[in-house]
Amino acid sequence: MSYRLILGAIVGVAVFSSLLASSNAHDYIVVDDTIPVSLTGVPGDPVKGKKLSVNRKKGNCLACHAMPIPEQQFHGEVGPDLSGVGSRMTQAELRLRLVNSKALNPDTIMPAFHKVALNRVLKKFKGKTILGAQEIEDIIAYISTLKS
Amino acid sequence: MNFINNITRVTSLLGIASLLLAYTTNVSHSGSNPNPQGVNKMKSGYHWATAPTREMQDDDFSNPAFLWVDIGSEQWTTKDGEAGKSCASCHSGVETMKGVAATYPKYSAEDGKLRAVQHQINNCRTQQMKAKPWKWESDNMLGVAALVKNQSKGMPIKVKVTGEAQPFYNKGKKSYMLRRGGLDMSCKNCHMDYTDTRIRANILSNGLGNGFPTYRLKWQKIGSLHRRFRGCNKNVRATPFKSGSDVYTNLELFLTAHAMGMEIETPSVRN
Ligand code: HEC
Ligand code: HEC
Ligand code: HEC
Repeated sequence: MSYRLILGAIVGVAVFSSLLASSNAHDYIVVDDTIPVSLTGVPGDPVKGKKLSVNRKKGNCLACHAMPIPEQQFHGEVGPDLSGVGSRMTQAELRLRLVNSKALNPDTIMPAFHKVALNRVLKKFKGKTILGAQEIEDIIAYISTLKS
Repeated sequence: MNFINNITRVTSLLGIASLLLAYTTNVSHSGSNPNPQGVNKMKSGYHWATAPTREMQDDDFSNPAFLWVDIGSEQWTTKDGEAGKSCASCHSGVETMKGVAATYPKYSAEDGKLRAVQHQINNCRTQQMKAKPWKWESDNMLGVAALVKNQSKGMPIKVKVTGEAQPFYNKGKKSYMLRRGGLDMSCKNCHMDYTDTRIRANILSNGLGNGFPTYRLKWQKIGSLHRRFRGCNKNVRATPFKSGSDVYTNLELFLTAHAMGMEIETPSVRN
């Protein structure tokens, strides 16, 4: 399915703001299939980003993706191998993919990491995004170093 | 497998006849089987279990779930409640339960909704024995439910999804497809879209209930299918429903129908 077509057909540029006023979700602007501007304006830290990608309570990217992190056992096979993803995708593309993958593929299993979910969310997680804005920037900084 | 390969070879020799055969087989399936992927593609969780786990399940003496089946056997003949009766007073030997569990969850006109085996057991306790209902996850309930289901071990699942059961089946299906929790995922996202795929240390199965109650090594005890549902809900950061709730019982019917024709394995062992 061509998500470019759908997104392009709708508006080209759309502003998304968080549904809950009390949430920690930052506003951002989607342009085609990217979010061109950093969510925080503070450069991401790739060392923190790597840790967040592994951490099961944070990104937990390894649950679904193989990554060049050999010291970790059992990499998932649900999504594509992220080795080389820094050569395939720009930071702006990675940002939309991480913030809200459903904007690209509504049926995807990949969580929208910076969007507040609303259906029967456990109390502990209510009104919160999975990753904070700076955490998203840290992970982008890390995975864009994964060059092929 | 060899057997099936040979059959395929023979039928392909028959050319057009094999096409006709395939066609009629498909047609006859579509009537009774609500699973769009075809019943033959569905596999029990046993398929993905490790060899030591399978061995544990295969041998009744090493299968720890039988500790609970024994509790169930004891309860079967234990009188309880104001009527002074045991299960055996009305149902005699437990072997009279052969085939019963293969038809559950089942619509009950009295309740106007589905009954899982556990609901039926509690209905007999409260209505027939005038005894207190058992808690869903109690050793007695797990034991008797496992005992009753074990009488159907090896028999094909045959639940009704039409007629009065249909609205409940439809609700179960909808619930299966619905995204929930902080991670916003549905049962379908994992168990249909990515069957046979590694998700961290686990390989996703079809997520079926044909072996429940199951002894889970992680739990260090036997547990109900609804307990497993609660776990899968919590893993996606969703507020679980109550065991025995309508939502889970409808979901159980959908899953069970999904496994139509598959053999009951209760009590299974899983990690
Ligand atoms: C529950 C599984 C799951 C998790 C967890 C997950 N992803 Fe994904 N990811 C996928 C799937 C599946 C795809 C394939 C495209 C799709 O379905 O939308 C994907 C695609 C991607 C892509 C596009 C890759 C390409 O080559 O096109 C990137 C980048 C990505 N994920 C990064 C991440 C990062 C970083 C994390 C952790 C913060 C993460 N994913 C967590 C399932 C997941
Ligand atoms: C994030 C992925 C994920 C989601 C979403 C999920 N499960 Fe699971 N489920 C698992 C994993 C992993 C296991 C253990 C390995 C296996 O059997 O698939 C499991 C196991 C099961 C089992 C045990 C299977 C057996 O043979 O013992 C059942 C039943 C089940 N899930 C039902 C459900 C239902 C119903 C839902 C929706 C409410 C659901 N799951 C949602 C990942 C998931
Ligand atoms: C006083 C008699 C009586 C006692 C005692 C009794 N039952 Fe029943 N049971 C019945 C009757 C009558 C039915 C069928 C009518 C119904 O659905 O309630 C039934 C139905 C069942 C069924 C469903 C059978 C089917 O074909 O769907 C199960 C399972 C069952 N009983 C289990 C038990 C268990 C376990 C106990 C002990 C905890 C027990 N019963 C105690 C009378 C009894």
